[in-house]
Amino acid sequence: MQTIVAYVENKPGVLNRVASLTRRLAINIDSLTVGPTENEEIARMTICAHTDERGAHRLEASLENLVDVLLAENITDRPMLERDLALIKVAADQQNRPHLMELIKVFRGRVVDVAPESLIVEVSGTVDKIDGLLEVLRPFGVLEMARTGRIAMTRGNDLLRPPAEAGPKSADAKAPARK
Amino acid sequence: MKLTGAEILCETLTRLGVRHIFGYPGGAILPVYDALGKSRLHHILVRHEQGATHMADGYARASGGVGVAMATSGPGATNMVTGIATAMLDSSPVVCITGQVSSKLLGSDAFQEVDITGITMPITKYNVVVSKVEDIARTVREAFLIANSGRPGPVLVDVTKDAQQASAEFEWDACAPKLPPKRVRRNHDQEEFDRAVELLNSAKRPVILAGRGILLSGAMQTFEKFVHTSNIPVAMTLLGIGCFPASDPLNLGMMGMHGEAWVNTAIQEADLLIAVGMRFDDRVTGDLRTYARNARKIHIEVDRAEINKNVKVDAAIIGDAGETLEALLPHVHERDHSAWVAHIQQLKGDSAVRDIQSLPDTGHLYAAHVINDLWKATQGNAVVVTDVGQHQMWEAQYYHYNQPRTLITSGGLGTMGFALPAAIGAKMARPDAEVWVVAGDGGFQMTMCELATIVQEKLNVKIAIINNGYLGMVRQWQEFFYDKRYVATPLVAPNFAALANSFGIRGETVTARKEVIPAIESARNSDQAVLIDFRVEQEDSVYPMVPAGAALHDMIRRPHNPLVETASEP
Repeated sequence: MQTIVAYVENKPGVLNRVASLTRRLAINIDSLTVGPTENEEIARMTICAHTDERGAHRLEASLENLVDVLLAENITDRPMLERDLALIKVAADQQNRPHLMELIKVFRGRVVDVAPESLIVEVSGTVDKIDGLLEVLRPFGVLEMARTGRIAMTRGNDLLRPPAEAGPKSADAKAPARK
Repeated sequence: MKLTGAEILCETLTRLGVRHIFGYPGGAILPVYDALGKSRLHHILVRHEQGATHMADGYARASGGVGVAMATSGPGATNMVTGIATAMLDSSPVVCITGQVSSKLLGSDAFQEVDITGITMPITKYNVVVSKVEDIARTVREAFLIANSGRPGPVLVDVTKDAQQASAEFEWDACAPKLPPKRVRRNHDQEEFDRAVELLNSAKRPVILAGRGILLSGAMQTFEKFVHTSNIPVAMTLLGIGCFPASDPLNLGMMGMHGEAWVNTAIQEADLLIAVGMRFDDRVTGDLRTYARNARKIHIEVDRAEINKNVKVDAAIIGDAGETLEALLPHVHERDHSAWVAHIQQLKGDSAVRDIQSLPDTGHLYAAHVINDLWKATQGNAVVVTDVGQHQMWEAQYYHYNQPRTLITSGGLGTMGFALPAAIGAKMARPDAEVWVVAGDGGFQMTMCELATIVQEKLNVKIAIINNGYLGMVRQWQEFFYDKRYVATPLVAPNFAALANSFGIRGETVTARKEVIPAIESARNSDQAVLIDFRVEQEDSVYPMVPAGAALHDMIRRPHNPLVETASEP
């Protein structure tokens, strides 16, 4: 699994271009998240792809070849945080509810909705942690689940900021400019 | 100054230096055509929009600038798809402008509406819908910039009809290109650079692999200096042909599937490959597991995505070919590789000594003869535009190119039907050049409607049809790999000379070898288009051949009997 972070223009069609590219390279996406950044014109993507290092290089470089992608970087081997968020609706009745609550507490999940026959858990963390909680909830009956997909950020001084300056190109290309 | 979107479009193109547009009108682009009529732009009416894109492509390849194609929405736009993909695979800077239905109709399946930006997303470098008149000038300027910078490629601008009709204030400085603020990568990696220099200066059996990147960078002179400093022999990709004179003793010729045996053998025996502006296409490498196993590899390439894509390299230098070679030059030692070059010469054996011209005339007309005669007659000074197939490979083997941009051919996509329209584009870009179309009887029939364009534009384009009555390259594969079961490869063709006549073009048919040179000379002496139908040997094959997926040294060599068994010396 390879994790690539990309800054892209926040405008319609960009997600389509990124998705189209991964399809063309025959790279399977495990999760892709997009959200705005502090600059509303720029969105940040975290792409988790089933590929090897070579495939990740190809994807990263090809992403950066897209006009709307400002920067793409493979951060798989760098110290980083990865977070996924899940809402899980579990079957629960009077009898097993306290036991269920105990388990959820161990995983630092929060119960955000309680109904007579079910409850909703909100849990965030690494994929492994969420998968772990899911494993213990399964015997109770998981009725529904929604996950955001991963977001990732490199640790400490390893800053990944969108480029602020305009690109180097601003002069016109002439039509028959013979070299 | 207040102008309509259509006028703004024409004015912008004019200011960008465009003089020729290859296109076909229709409902959704009519406002632009109305404005075109009032502009100084020369519009070439094509017979099919695929032709328009090939012409723009040929124009770009012959001139080194951007070619422009135009079409209406719907079928006009979809007809462009093959030409756009052709330009994409060969990194050709083409800007396509398509009309689109009015913005309020978008998504309603209106008459001749098609999502052309969706369709062309994977085959363009960039594409965009413009639905506001204020955005037209800036977007078109951006399109030119994107098409012709970095690794060039096609860009499609889809302009809605209401944007063409609306009016806006037009001021050149206010509509400067505003591309997203991309990260500027610091491509120079000292470690990789140093490793490359060390490899260059210590190799004993090096070979340079020269590709189209050298032509696109305009780095022919720097490249020549680099070769003559390092004294390293050069093998070329199909699209690299012309970047280094064929007459140079260090030029080995084309490599790959139909490369000469000594070229491929030299690559397999090399201890260092220096790839410049090429991308290790499968037609060049053969089986990757056995490709140049003893060689370290240096890759000089402008597109970072090409590094380690097919072949893992030992040193990668990302950047423009010319700039990179310029930076390397002071560090490259003058070295003596004469023993290695002599060894490669020896690999040629006697095949290079027996000139194909000196073979006796047995009454058979071989394509290789025709092409070699064309080379002799034009002294290699013509711009030759080929189609795709056997004749294309013979063209690469038997016509020797000393000048850049004199061989124009569809390499990556291998688009049949490319030659005739691309030659029209090349002739528009270089009106003073002698332009020859060399096409097979199959590919020619795909786009022969453009003969009418030649007549309408009064163009002096010479056409040589290498007519063997088969889809020759496919037939060859059927001969080699499908036990000679010639399914769907024999093909009927019209009498091409009579067909040409019906368009008002002089046509000739040549069936014997002694008629070849007189026919070529007679065509060259005419100041109008001439078509010559060369009826060549039907079941001739291109040798050598590395079967698809086989190792590069595993070649099917020229058989000893048939006449065309030898190479020709440049």
